[in-house]
Amino acid sequence: MIGKGIPRGFIITLKNFFRSPVTVQYPDRKVSLFEYAKIHNKNIFKLFFSQPMLSIKISLGLISVPSSVEQSQRFRGNEFTFFEERCTACASCAKYCPLGIIEIVSVPGGFDAQEGESYKLDVFDIDIGRCMFCGLCVEACPYDALHMGTKFEKSTYVRDDLIITKEKLAESEKSPSSFYRPQFEKKKFDPFKDNIKDHYKAGRHEKPEYKELKKKWVDDR
Amino acid sequence: MPLETKPVTVNLGPQHPSTHGVFRMRVTFDGEEIVDVEPVFGYLHRGSEKLAEERTYSQIVTLTDRMDYVSSMLNNQAYTLAVEKLCDIVPSPRGVWLRMIASELQRIASHFVATGFLLQDLGALGTPLIYCMRERENILDLFEMLCGARITNSYLRPGGVFMDAPDVFWPALDRSLGDIEKSIDEIEEYLSGNEIIFSRTKGTAVLSSESLVNASITGPMLRASGVDWDLRHRNPYDFYSEVTFKRILHTASDNYARYWVRVQEMRESLKIISQCIKNIEPGPVRPSFDDVPRLVRPEPGDSYAAIEGSKGELGFYLVSDGGISPYRMHVRAPSLINLTLLREMLVGELFGDLFVIFGSVDLNMGEVDR
Ligand code: SF4
Ligand code: SF4
Repeated sequence: MIGKGIPRGFIITLKNFFRSPVTVQYPDRKVSLFEYAKIHNKNIFKLFFSQPMLSIKISLGLISVPSSVEQSQRFRGNEFTFFEERCTACASCAKYCPLGIIEIVSVPGGFDAQEGESYKLDVFDIDIGRCMFCGLCVEACPYDALHMGTKFEKSTYVRDDLIITKEKLAESEKSPSSFYRPQFEKKKFDPFKDNIKDHYKAGRHEKPEYKELKKKWVDDR
Repeated sequence: MPLETKPVTVNLGPQHPSTHGVFRMRVTFDGEEIVDVEPVFGYLHRGSEKLAEERTYSQIVTLTDRMDYVSSMLNNQAYTLAVEKLCDIVPSPRGVWLRMIASELQRIASHFVATGFLLQDLGALGTPLIYCMRERENILDLFEMLCGARITNSYLRPGGVFMDAPDVFWPALDRSLGDIEKSIDEIEEYLSGNEIIFSRTKGTAVLSSESLVNASITGPMLRASGVDWDLRHRNPYDFYSEVTFKRILHTASDNYARYWVRVQEMRESLKIISQCIKNIEPGPVRPSFDDVPRLVRPEPGDSYAAIEGSKGELGFYLVSDGGISPYRMHVRAPSLINLTLLREMLVGELFGDLFVIFGSVDLNMGEVDR
C-alpha cells in the first residue's frame, strides 16, 4: 500500500518545517538583542556596554516588547472617532444602524449667520457592546463627523463601560480608519502613526479660505 | 458460538469538535457499522429571515454575512442580486467586476476550509488544516484591504460595492494569485497522490446522480457525480458570460471525487479572477444615490436570485409589499439541502468514516440553521 505518495507528502512537510512562521506572538513577543537595538534606534554595542544587565536579560529572553499586528488602513475597529464640531445632530447614523444602538438627543443650539439655525448634541451614546462594526453609521454620516476607529484592544470588566458617550468619544484618540472616507486615502493619512487634531482635516472638502467665505457670505449677498 | 451484539444508539454533538459547529446526530451502531442516523439541527438558529423583515434593504446585507460565515461575500452577492432584480437596479460595471473578484476569492477561501477540515476529519490532525488556513488568511488580508473586515465583510451594496479598491489592493492581489496557485499545487502534491487518502476516501459514501438530482443537491457534490450543473455557466449572472472557465466534473461521486472537484475549482476561480483583472475599467463602483438611494422602496412583487455559491445554489427570495423592508425573505441554503441525503450516505458505512462523510458535504451550521 505504501508507495510514492507518502514520502512525497513528507518532503512537503519537511519544506514547511523550515519556512519562517506566519503567526505573530501576541500581545508581547520576545526579541533578540539585535532587534531590540533596532526598535529603540540604538547602536547594539553601545546598548551592550551602557546597559549590560538589560542586554543579558534580553538575550535570555526575559524582556518582551509589544507586538504590532499588521492592519489595513480601512480596518473597522471599535474606537469610533467622532468630531463634535462637525456633527449637526442629523441622526442619519442612528437611523441607518441596523441594531439601533446609537442614541441621540439634540437641543436647539442657537442661530448663526453663516450656518443658520443649528442643533447641538446633548446625548450621543453608542453601545459598542452590541455593535457589530458594520460601518453603516459611518457610511450614512453626511458631514464626516463619525469615523470608524482603527483600535481593537478595548476590553472592559463591566458591560456598561462599553457604552461610549460623547465625552469618551471626545477624549479618545483621533486616528480614524479610511473606511468609506476616500479623502484619507487620497491624503495618504496613516492612522497607525498620525492622528487628526483639527476637525477641518477630517472632511471631504478643504477648509475654505477666509476670502472665499467673505465673498460667499458678505459680498455676494 | 457466533457473537451477538445489540445495536447501540449514541448521541453525537451538538458540542463536538468534529461536527462543524453545533450539529447533533443520533447514530445507531451495530458494532462498527452505522444502521441508522437521525440528524437534529436548530441549535444555531438566530432567526435571520425573521430579523430581515424589520430591517431596510440596505441593512440586511449585514445579516447575510452571518449566515454562511466562511463565504460571506457570496452571500452578499446573492442578496444584492435579489435586491437588484426586485428594484430594477442597473449595477455599475466596475462594481460588478469588483464583486466578482471578491466572490471568487471567497470561493477559494471556502474551498480551502472545506479541504482542510475534510483532512482533519480523516485524522490528519493539524498539519493540512493549518496549511489550508494559512492560505485562507492571505485571502482574508485582501478582504481587509477592500472593506476593513475579514469575515463579516458587508462589502457589497445593491448596485455594486460601497467603495473602490485601494491602490495597495491590486499589487497584493497579483502577488497572492501566484501564492495561491503554488499552495494549490502543494496541496495536490501532498494529498492527491497520498495512498492513505485514497484508501480512506475512494468508494465511500457513493451516491447515484439520480438520487442527488432528486434531492435537489447542488454544488461540488452534484458535479462530483458527473452532472454538469453550474449556475455560473447555466444561468450566468453578473458578468460570468464574459469570462471563460472549465467546468470541473468527476464521475465517481465518492468522497475523493468531492474533494478533487473542490481543489480543481479553486484553479478555475483563479483563472476567472485574472480575467476580471484584465476586463475591469475605471468608473463609479455604485450607482449614484439619486438612482439608488439608501432607502429603496421597491414596488410590490417578488424576486428570486440564485448564484453558484461555494456549497451549491445559494438563492434569496424576497417579497416586497411596497414598504422599506421586505415582507418576507427566504434563503435557499445549500448546506441545509445538501444534508438531505445524509442518511443514505451514512447507513452501511463504518464508524471511522462517519465524520469524513459528514465533512465531505461541506456544510456550515450558520447556514443550516440561519
Ligand atoms: S458600526 Fe454598525 S452596528 Fe455599530 S453603531 Fe455603526 S451601524 Fe450600528
Ligand atoms: S455623526 Fe454624522 S450622521 Fe450622526 S448625527 Fe452627527 S452628522 Fe448626523
